[in-house]
Amino acid sequence: MTGYILRRLLEVVPTILLVLTLVFFALRIMPGDPAVAALGEFAAPDAIDRFREKLGLNQPLYAQYFAFLAQALTGNFGNSMNNGAPIGDLLAQALPYTIALALAATAIGIAIGLPLGAMTAVHRGGKIDAFGRFFALIGFSLPDFYFGVLLLLAFSLHLDWFPMLGGGKGFLDQLHHLVLPAITLGLVMAAFVMRLTRSSLLEVLKRDYVRTARGKGVAEHLVIFKHALRNALIPVTTGMGIYLLTTLSGTITVELVFSRPGLGTLLIGGVSARDYTLVQAGLVVFAFFVVVVNLATDLLCAAIDPRIALR
Amino acid sequence: MNVPIGKLTAIGGGLSLLLILLAAFSPWIAPLDPLDQSFLTANQGPTAEHWFGTDAFGRDVLSRVLFGGRVSLAIGILAPLLSALAGIWAGMLAGYLGGWTDRLLSRSSDLLMSFPTLLLGVMIAAALGPSFQSAVIAIAVALFPRFVRLSRSATQVVRREPFIDASIAAGRGTASIVLRHVLPNIAGPLVVALSLWIATAIRLEAALSFLGLGAQPPAPSWGNMIRDGMSDLVGDPWPAAFAGAAITISVLAFNMVGDALRDLLDPETGL
Repeated sequence: MTGYILRRLLEVVPTILLVLTLVFFALRIMPGDPAVAALGEFAAPDAIDRFREKLGLNQPLYAQYFAFLAQALTGNFGNSMNNGAPIGDLLAQALPYTIALALAATAIGIAIGLPLGAMTAVHRGGKIDAFGRFFALIGFSLPDFYFGVLLLLAFSLHLDWFPMLGGGKGFLDQLHHLVLPAITLGLVMAAFVMRLTRSSLLEVLKRDYVRTARGKGVAEHLVIFKHALRNALIPVTTGMGIYLLTTLSGTITVELVFSRPGLGTLLIGGVSARDYTLVQAGLVVFAFFVVVVNLATDLLCAAIDPRIALR
Repeated sequence: MNVPIGKLTAIGGGLSLLLILLAAFSPWIAPLDPLDQSFLTANQGPTAEHWFGTDAFGRDVLSRVLFGGRVSLAIGILAPLLSALAGIWAGMLAGYLGGWTDRLLSRSSDLLMSFPTLLLGVMIAAALGPSFQSAVIAIAVALFPRFVRLSRSATQVVRREPFIDASIAAGRGTASIVLRHVLPNIAGPLVVALSLWIATAIRLEAALSFLGLGAQPPAPSWGNMIRDGMSDLVGDPWPAAFAGAAITISVLAFNMVGDALRDLLDPETGL
């Protein structure tokens, strides 16, 4: 197990390095000069030169690359090109909103998806199952941001039950602001969790030990909850770990729908303001999340099912 | 399987085809020019003249949804096709040749796979700057590793078949074997994946243009219609509502085709 953890941790190093390299070059092949983009087409040539110097854009590519790596690894991204605010501060302000949204949505997704998935598997072919199929079909087809727009229209603009704009002040107000965005992403995730739980449980219910348990007269609810569901949850856990990243990327569009502060709002704002340094930092943070969540999922799976570590 | 598979395929397939035709022939079907502005008719709900109402500039929403479908479906279909073209070849080579080709391609596609498609798409489009081309590239790259992985694993199975050894013994070249013997045998799952990923791509395109990273206004796309509609949802929710419905129906249609094809080709996984 220790060997597996070490090996998995070591694998993170080349991954992060490769991701950072990709981000760096993706931004460099972007058409147009970032200095011209920031200052406008008619900026004075010496202003552009000064700007390039300040950002280190006049340095050779390899020097820029190493400077970028150093920045990314120390978390010191410099200042926003647009308003001069330290990017570290901007990220620190945005992060809690995004994390709160992703976690709340995940909680809703599990709370609805897990029981619904188990019920549809147990009552396979019944009315609940038909409802579950319909729910999943909608969940997989309705884009989360459009669902958010519909919720916003109904519950915020017409019924005025929930606020829009911003993230709220104080704990209760923040919670109030969190409800609709979290339901938006949570219900979409619930559809995924439901389908995963259903197929996993159906698979387990076919196993010999379930037949044995039934054969020796164990009560049906014990067969389901103690024998089947526990084993069915292993693939569900892995799936949810990976889906957490899908939910995280969903926060980008949903933040825009609800005008909510967060990483997505920061990144997209950076793109439309052509704030090169901000976009660069935002991309690194998202990439960092991907690496960390994947690592955590792998380790969690190895803890649940030690056979994985032996492969 | 309560609903017969044939029926679902027919409904999904028919719907997909209808949507593609509507988008393709939108210049002849659309009642008005999607860019024609008129402040006299701005922000109207559905009327006899404007079936889907008008937007803040008085532009006809029905015409914009039809024309928007051109952009949205063009990107939604073009990007997965490009991705399939590159990914299937890469996957077949990795699966057929093995060795370092396989290690290099598998490792890099595993790395890309660790990113959700939307996140990867947003990151690429954000880095490239917003445009039609960026959206196509972003979605194609986001789907690429999925095609590589699928065609690689399917190829590895076919590779072990005796008829491959027979072809090698008969002196056929690698390219010829891959094209004539491997590709036809792995086409089934690839077609299923393609239709499911077209659904994903349509959703991705909508998200990207909603974020302002896709096709640029004034040209309509379903995503940027929702984005524009956000500025006055109370006064005129119709552009956003109809554009969103168009996205949902298209994604649903292609998902139905994919699901039905999968059940048809591989009844086991359809549980």
